Amino acid sequence: MGLLQIIILVLVALSATSVVLTRDPLPQSMAASFYGLLLGILFFIFQAPDVALSQIVVGAVALPLMILLALAKTRGRAE
Amino acid sequence: MSRRGRLFVFVAGALGISALFVWGFSGLPDFGVQPSVYGEQLSERAVDERHATNVVAATTFDYRGLDTMIEEFILFSAVIGILLLLRAQRDEEEDAPHDMAESRRPLPTSDAVRVFGLGLIGPTILFGTYVVAHGHLTPGGGFQGGVVLASGLLLVYLAGEFLSFERLAPEKLMEATEAVAAWTYVAVGLAGLVAGGLFLTNFLPLGRIGDVFSAGMIPLINVAVALEVAAAFVLLSDEFLEQAVLVRKRDRS
Repeated sequence: MGLLQIIILVLVALSATSVVLTRDPLPQSMAASFYGLLLGILFFIFQAPDVALSQIVVGAVALPLMILLALAKTRGRAE
Repeated sequence: MSRRGRLFVFVAGALGISALFVWGFSGLPDFGVQPSVYGEQLSERAVDERHATNVVAATTFDYRGLDTMIEEFILFSAVIGILLLLRAQRDEEEDAPHDMAESRRPLPTSDAVRVFGLGLIGPTILFGTYVVAHGHLTPGGGFQGGVVLASGLLLVYLAGEFLSFERLAPEKLMEATEAVAAWTYVAVGLAGLVAGGLFLTNFLPLGRIGDVFSAGMIPLINVAVALEVAAAFVLLSDEFLEQAVLVRKRDRS
């Protein structure tokens, strides 16, 4: 396994842990977005660019967007 | 349950799961070893047989095209589910479209976001179109490009107003696009059945390797999937945005 692969694996593990340790949903969605981006880079480094693209568009863009919108909805109701 | 009891349940569960993990991972093939011949066969043949330089696209949209078609309908039904679930309920009503209720009007969109958003709309749409059109040549394809196209439309919301977003991508048009595009995939498959005797037979001329118009029906399916996915994601975000922006409980308005 190459150095680059080890680095990205460690980074993904760290950012995944940080997503779990972030308790407030708003920062958590940002952490999840960053984690999705790193996971995309991991797929790219492991020579799966097709999957990397899907991962980036869904994990780093679409999922956090849905979470943010759901948060906007529920927080508005709680007020 | 007492603290001790909870700790006991946790430790028992954690031990059980780690045992299963170790057991499962010890049976995995070594790193980088490809135990099945399927992948090797496809990498060797796809370019010659289908004239598609992106073997992944040849696999997902041709050799295994039926799988992808069903995956497409998973997204299709998921979006229908969301549309049903988030429709305006009896005790809700939709305000005349304006961004956010007065009571929690957020800070106005900053000029920086507007400028960057507006500037990015064009390049994003162009990039999405490129990813779709070259799906059979380079990494990318209908799904990825479709989401990129949808995010290009969402930038209109980010940089402008919900209203202009709705006007640019009206719900009815998106619903129709999604349905027609989803069934286009099936129609291509049926055409293959008629022309070649098998569902999803690649019956179109394969063209020259590396050309945009090559690989037979793969680019066609890519475009259909791209439209389906783009419309699905726009509908999803539109529905969530409507919930967050427009729908208010009657007693609150």
